[in-house]
Amino acid sequence: MPVPPELRYTRDHEWVRLEDDEATVGITAYAAEQLGDIVFVELPRVGRALEAAKPFGVVESVKAVSDLYAPLDGEVVAINEALTGAPELVNSDPYGEGWMIRVRLGSSGDLDDLLDGAAYDALVAAG
Amino acid sequence: MSGPRSAEGAHETPLADRHVALGARMIDFAGWRMPVQYTSILDEHRAVRERAGLFDLSHMGELYVDGPGAGDALAGALVSDPRSLAVGRAQYSMICAPDGGVLDDLIVYRLADDRFMVVANASNATVVSDALTERLEGSDAVLDDGSLATGLVAIQGPNAVDVLRAHTDIDLDGLRSYAIAEGSVAGIPAMVARTGYTGEDGFELFVENARTVELWDRLLVDVQAAGGLPVGLGARDTLRLEAGMPLYGNELDRSTTPFDAGLGRIVKLEMPGDFVGRAALEQVAADGPRRALVGLIVEGRGIARHGYPVHAGERRTGVITSGTQSPTLGVPIAMASVSPADAEVGGMLEIEIREARIPARVVSLPFYRRKT
Repeated sequence: MPVPPELRYTRDHEWVRLEDDEATVGITAYAAEQLGDIVFVELPRVGRALEAAKPFGVVESVKAVSDLYAPLDGEVVAINEALTGAPELVNSDPYGEGWMIRVRLGSSGDLDDLLDGAAYDALVAAG
Repeated sequence: MSGPRSAEGAHETPLADRHVALGARMIDFAGWRMPVQYTSILDEHRAVRERAGLFDLSHMGELYVDGPGAGDALAGALVSDPRSLAVGRAQYSMICAPDGGVLDDLIVYRLADDRFMVVANASNATVVSDALTERLEGSDAVLDDGSLATGLVAIQGPNAVDVLRAHTDIDLDGLRSYAIAEGSVAGIPAMVARTGYTGEDGFELFVENARTVELWDRLLVDVQAAGGLPVGLGARDTLRLEAGMPLYGNELDRSTTPFDAGLGRIVKLEMPGDFVGRAALEQVAADGPRRALVGLIVEGRGIARHGYPVHAGERRTGVITSGTQSPTLGVPIAMASVSPADAEVGGMLEIEIREARIPARVVSLPFYRRKT
């Protein structure tokens, strides 16, 4: 199934919804399905500065621990507190209720590194 | 002798095509291409706890020991005394190195007066086969490695007995825990053992390779009709961990003695005669174990995983051997190998999870015990 075309993507399987100077970040349905049942999500504190391509949190399935990578530079302005009690939202609604963090974008404008939906679909299809 | 191998060089069980057709995610495990999950580890786990699950365990090693000296030879090769078994009964055992380190944990079944079956972990089947071959030399017993010719399917869970009853001429009510009987299942000659690795009632069915697919197909229909599922290695691991059962490579390894893993009771030091590892294990029994295996329930935020350090105050006391989010209890559980001084039930330890120290309470094992 194609990914939502209005979002941008990283090669590490995060998605980004850009709205003015903020971005909402989560992981793709493909990533969630590959991880399996997600049972724990560790997110940064509000206010933390993120650096593109550096880990900002952890997602754990029953079997495995995976790092989450920041898609862009910025500052965390909100985290999805619902994932503390209901990490399975990442599996059931990865692009909606399973969102992870909201970020205020930094000045360095590195959005060119993000993939559009078609490019991400091609990346997944290539395995 | 070599079993079929996939393109990647891993062994395949007779059920490999069935797993793929069921949508399983296949992984390489101990040199075998095996299903880690079909749909969801949590769903498969719950199916076994609440109804029934069907497992392909054909990767495990089946070693037959035959001859008038079979019991004596095994008593000298393992740490338990298989001679004490009645025909049709089984015992949990281990095979150790001369220094007392565990080479593998095993189940030994007495099939006849002079015939035993030793079931070994897939990861150690060759090690066990080689060690037994060497240790049986000069005895009046011979080893036949049936690992690659034997299919093994397990049916586990509260509904397992009813599903199996409809397919077998074996009296299941008369088949106690840790017993084995020969008969037919779905018209297929089989050995049926009331053993398992899940903490539930259940059975392990040994059949010849050529009949394994037929057995699987017949049982799976009824398992699914009972609300059960095929179950992969992922849920097998969470089920055994809740049941407090050790996994070789995690709780047990070459540098661990049975006593260090809290399993000294299976070492029969009172049995007459020597066995490999005896002198070393007598010393451990006299000195007391160097390590203790404990259960932990994480009380902070985080999941303990294999290899994470465990601290008692400022002192590092040990390491997590296995850990996961318990599907049944809904909290993170772990087993850890710690200093015996820090093993008291009710005590608090700290697990190093990434940069944080997360509190965890020592609890008695198992985490889960089925209602009987």
